[in-house]
Amino acid sequence: MIKNYFEVFRAGINTTFQDKGRSNLHHIGIPLSGAMDGRNYLIANSLLENDLSSPVIEFAYQGPLFKYHGENINIAITGDVIFKIKRDMVETQGSCNKSYLIKDGDEIDILSTNKSVYGYLAISGEFDLKYQWGSCSTNTKAQLGSNNGEKISDGQKIIISKIISLKSTKELKHINTKIEKIRVIKGTNYDYFSKEGINAFFNKSFTISKLSDRMGMRLEGHKIDNIVNTNIKSEGLIKGVVQVPSDGNPIIMLSDHGTIGGYPKIGVVISADYDKLVQLTSGSKIKFQEIDLPEAETLYDLYQMETKNIISQIK
Amino acid sequence: MIKNISNLGDAALYCDFGNSVNKEINSKVIRYFQSIRNQNIQGIINLTPSYNKLIISLDLTKTNFNKIKKIIENISLDPNENLSSKKIEIPVCCNEKFSLDIERLEKKLNLNRNKILDSFFNKEYFCYMTGFIAGMPFLGDLDNDLQAKRLETPRVRVPKGSVGITEQFANIYTFESPGGWNIIGNTPISVFDKSNETNPNLISPGDSIFFKRIDINQYKNFND
Repeated sequence: MIKNYFEVFRAGINTTFQDKGRSNLHHIGIPLSGAMDGRNYLIANSLLENDLSSPVIEFAYQGPLFKYHGENINIAITGDVIFKIKRDMVETQGSCNKSYLIKDGDEIDILSTNKSVYGYLAISGEFDLKYQWGSCSTNTKAQLGSNNGEKISDGQKIIISKIISLKSTKELKHINTKIEKIRVIKGTNYDYFSKEGINAFFNKSFTISKLSDRMGMRLEGHKIDNIVNTNIKSEGLIKGVVQVPSDGNPIIMLSDHGTIGGYPKIGVVISADYDKLVQLTSGSKIKFQEIDLPEAETLYDLYQMETKNIISQIK
Repeated sequence: MIKNISNLGDAALYCDFGNSVNKEINSKVIRYFQSIRNQNIQGIINLTPSYNKLIISLDLTKTNFNKIKKIIENISLDPNENLSSKKIEIPVCCNEKFSLDIERLEKKLNLNRNKILDSFFNKEYFCYMTGFIAGMPFLGDLDNDLQAKRLETPRVRVPKGSVGITEQFANIYTFESPGGWNIIGNTPISVFDKSNETNPNLISPGDSIFFKRIDINQYKNFND
């Protein structure tokens, strides 16, 4: 008999199970996937004293509304998220980066993310999920991972196979900061583009298109002129690569990207800025700044130290 | 054998084996790919071989570009005879309900369908790489007279099992997906099996492929 579960009244726009993702499968066409915003994923699990690679529910823009059935459980929501918890007809405004004790019959209504894209919900326990290649991350394009490779849908039950009862709730004072520019290292086909095109890429602002998802972020505003060839022989891609197809509008590869591609690469977003990049909403502006490899490596070390520092402040 | 190693962003090595696409260069890529994979090098999280490039992705919490570059520059490669290569037969049915673009190809190539199919089937193909979507093999080389461009407007849905051709390559759609290749038939074989974690791919880079023509009855009975 199913004892503990969430009953999904409204699934939200793009709600999936995610964890750290699956590696060493690029050569057969399977990308990393995993939580888009790695830092907020780690904070969610840390707030509940979970193993840091535990699965969570990721949502984008509008999140799910569900009712909990079962024994007491703790949850935490991270990102910049507007949500409510309803108990016995009383609604409480929720705060991110804080664990809550949830009881049988409580409703959690994740209305939306605030000026950001992705948010995370973790539980003190384990979801009943299928793992594929060591990860439960759902890749809807390849129909891989938990939930039969599908988004969470209206009316389904999210079954919890194990609950760990925590003695106290935890909290973190943390605000997700934004950065003015997304930093980029020159791509391997940098010299395929005209001077004007390169100038536009690094000096003008672009608008993030509505056609952006976990696979890629499409940009509009300035066409990047190609002076060599609009196609290259297909080759490997990684997340953060900025490809420019023949229409001149850049596309940034995100966590569920195709593993190979045939468009020239103007740049690659540095690892330290990936979590902030994915949180930029469609319709908002983005600007790039060119830096070199040693700078990018230093920035990544700093970003990692900052993440550890944030997590150490959980009380 | 690698002509140049540069960085692709801060978390990947871009190993360039040259500009041409041929079996000889691709075999070098595959040899590096298999050798590096067999050595389980700390900090490497993905290897993406393609026609003439190999991308090595890194976990920056464990390593960095310069450390792995040094390892790759001094790596001892597995002997060629240890490289795995299978011979695989793929049945393909070219019934009109599957050969979605045969008429278009007749016009594009100025050949009749019998000529097109004769040329397609009487050949051994080499798997250069797999990817883009899970398990999709990129096979070559088609004869010169079969080389056609992609569809101008790609299909929103190409059926699972579709066998397509473009330029000097053939591929197989491992599951339903958007795509722009010229579809000439369909295979009843499952080329990618996600429930088989050890060997999800029927075809791997370096394998030899033979397409065997089957009729609609053989196709229907194939999975019985």
